[in-house]
Amino acid sequence: MSGGQPAPGAGAPLLTVCDLRSYLATGQGVVRAVDGVSLTVHEAEVLGIVGESGCGKTVTCRTIMGLMPARILHTSGEVIYHPRGEQNLLDASQAQWESLRGAQLAMIFQDPMTALNPVRTVGDQLLEAVNAHAKLSRPEAQARAIGLLERVGIPAPARRMRDYPFQFSGGMLQRALIAIALASSPRLLLADEPTTSLDVIIQDQILSLLLELQQDTGMSMILVSHDLAVITEICDRIVVMYAGQVVEEGATSDIITAPRHPYTQALLDALPQAGQRGQLHSIRGSPPSLIDVPDGCRFAPRCRHVTDECRVWETELIAAGEREHAARCWRLHDIGRSQAWQGSDSA
Amino acid sequence: MSTAWAASPSELLMRAASKAAGRRRSVTRRRLTLIVGLVLLGIAILAVFLAPVLVSQSPTTIDPLHPLAPPLTPDHLLGTDQYGRDILARILYGGRIDLAIAFGATAVTLVGGTFYGLIAGYIGGRTDSVMMRVVDLVFAFPFLVLVIAIIAMLGPSIFNMFVAIWITSWVAYARIMRAQTVVAKKQQYVLAARALGYGRLRVMFRHILPNTASAVIIFSMVDAVGNIILAASLGFLGLGAQPPAPEWGTMIADGQNYILSSWWLVAMPGLAVLYIGISFALIGDGLADLLRAGEQ
Repeated sequence: MSGGQPAPGAGAPLLTVCDLRSYLATGQGVVRAVDGVSLTVHEAEVLGIVGESGCGKTVTCRTIMGLMPARILHTSGEVIYHPRGEQNLLDASQAQWESLRGAQLAMIFQDPMTALNPVRTVGDQLLEAVNAHAKLSRPEAQARAIGLLERVGIPAPARRMRDYPFQFSGGMLQRALIAIALASSPRLLLADEPTTSLDVIIQDQILSLLLELQQDTGMSMILVSHDLAVITEICDRIVVMYAGQVVEEGATSDIITAPRHPYTQALLDALPQAGQRGQLHSIRGSPPSLIDVPDGCRFAPRCRHVTDECRVWETELIAAGEREHAARCWRLHDIGRSQAWQGSDSA
Repeated sequence: MSTAWAASPSELLMRAASKAAGRRRSVTRRRLTLIVGLVLLGIAILAVFLAPVLVSQSPTTIDPLHPLAPPLTPDHLLGTDQYGRDILARILYGGRIDLAIAFGATAVTLVGGTFYGLIAGYIGGRTDSVMMRVVDLVFAFPFLVLVIAIIAMLGPSIFNMFVAIWITSWVAYARIMRAQTVVAKKQQYVLAARALGYGRLRVMFRHILPNTASAVIIFSMVDAVGNIILAASLGFLGLGAQPPAPEWGTMIADGQNYILSSWWLVAMPGLAVLYIGISFALIGDGLADLLRAGEQ
C-alpha cells in the first residue's frame, strides 16, 4: 500500500475497508474468519477477491453489507463508504443500514435458485425492489421493472414477470437477481460467487453481462470467486485471500504475470493450461483451521519456500513493486516466478 | 422395469401419458377433498343464517303439550326436547354460537399466535427466549383446566368463553410459527431481501410469512374443530352458553337424563358437532394437500 501510482483506471476511493476483523463465536471456539483485511474499491472499478473456500471471502462481503448474524459476530476495524462521509459502517444503526443497502450497496448471491422467494412471482419481487428506495407510480415502476429485465437479457420480460422462480432456469434467475440488485442503481455491487452454481456457458454470459452493466452504469463492483480464471477475466485489481487475510493485492496484469506470494503462484500454477497433459498441479495440504490459527505465516505449512523463520514470524503486506502491488511474504524478493513452482508440485 | 428397455417410443409415450393423466386425476381428487369440505361448511353456514326462513318455530318457546316428540313428527322434523322445544330450530340457532366460536375464537388465536411466533423467531436472541418462555408457561397448564379456571374467574358466558380460548390456544400457533420462522430466516432469499435494504417488518411479513403460513393455516382447521368440541364441552359443563340459549353442548348436557328413552335429544346436536367437525377436517386436509402440491 505504500507509495506507487494508483492502479489503472481508478477513480476516487468509494469504499475503504481498514484492518477488518470478523470473529465468530461458535460452539467449537472462536473462528477468526476475517483477520485484518484491508482493501479499497475505487469509483468505477472492478475488484476481484479470490481464494479457497473458507478463506473468509464471503464473511468479508457480508460484514461489509452488515449481513452477519449480530449475536455471534465480533468485529473490529473500519468500513468506510465515502459518499456517506467518515462514518464507520460497523457502527451503523439498523435505519442507516436500511437506507444504504439496496440503494447504495447491493449484493448478489452464489445460488440464484434459493435467493428468490419461492412463493412470490419474479415480477412481484422485482417491483418490490424498484419501489423500495424510490417513489414511483404503478405504471412507472412496472415500466422500470420490465426495462430492467430487458436490460439483463430476459426475453419477453412482461410475460416472465408473472412467472414464479421455479419456472426460471438457473442462468435466468441470476439475471433476474442482477436486475433486482440494480433496481435502485447502487454505487457498489458485491457479487459473491455469482457464477459458481452455473454451467460454463452461462457463467460466461453472466460475467459479460455484469461487466457490461458495470461499464454502462459506472458503478463499482467487488467480484468474489474461488476461480482465478473468472476473476482475471473481468477485474481491474485483485485481492488474494488466504486463511482470513489478504496475502497479495495488485493490478490484475501484475498479479498474473508476476505473482509474488507463494500462494498466488501456486494458484496460478494450478490453473489447467490448454493442451496440458498428465497430472494437474495442486497445492499440498489444506488451509489451516481458523479456530487454532498457527503462529507465523499462515501459508507456511503448505509453502515450498518455507524457512524456520516463516513458522515464527508473521509479516504485514510488503510493497512488491509498482502500482500498489503488495504481498504478505517477507521473502518475496528472494522468490521469483521462475523458481521451484514451475512444473513441479503434483499431488 | 423388466420390459422398459424393450418398449418402442410409441409405447413409452402411451405409458407416460397414462401416468400423466393419473397425476392430473390425483390433483383433482385432492382438490375434491377441499371442495367437499367447503360445500359442507357452506351449507351449514347458509342453514344457520337462514334459520328463521327454514324453521317457523322459535328455539326457546316451550310447548308443554308436546314434550319429547320423536323425530319425523309433523312440524318437528327432529323431534322436541323435554320442554317441547323444536330440536331442529335449536340446532340451527345454536349453530350460530358454535360457528361463531369456530371462526371467531380460531381467527383471533391464529392471527395473534402467528404474529407472536413470527416476531419471536425473526428477532431471536433474548427477546425470543423471553417470548417463548411465556408460551411455555401457558403450555405448562393442562389446557381444559386453564380454560375452566379462566371462565370460573370471569363468570360463565359466551363472551368469556371466547376470552378463555383466546388466552389459552394462541400458544400452539406461536410455537409452530416460531419454528418455521427460525428455519426460513436462514434461507438465502431472506438474506437477499435484507441485502436490498428492506426493513424488518417487510422481511417478516412479505418474505417469511408467505413461506411459513401454510402450516398454521392447516393447523387452524384442526383447531377450529377442537374449539367447537371445547365449546360443546364447556356448554355441557354449564360454563358456556346459559339456558335457555341454544348451544349444542348445552343441548347434549340437557338431554343426558333422557338418553335411554329419547335418544334424539343427545344424538341430534351430537351429529351437528360431527358434521361441522368433518367439514373442517376435510378443508384442512384439502388445504394441506393443495399447499404441499404448490411447494413441489
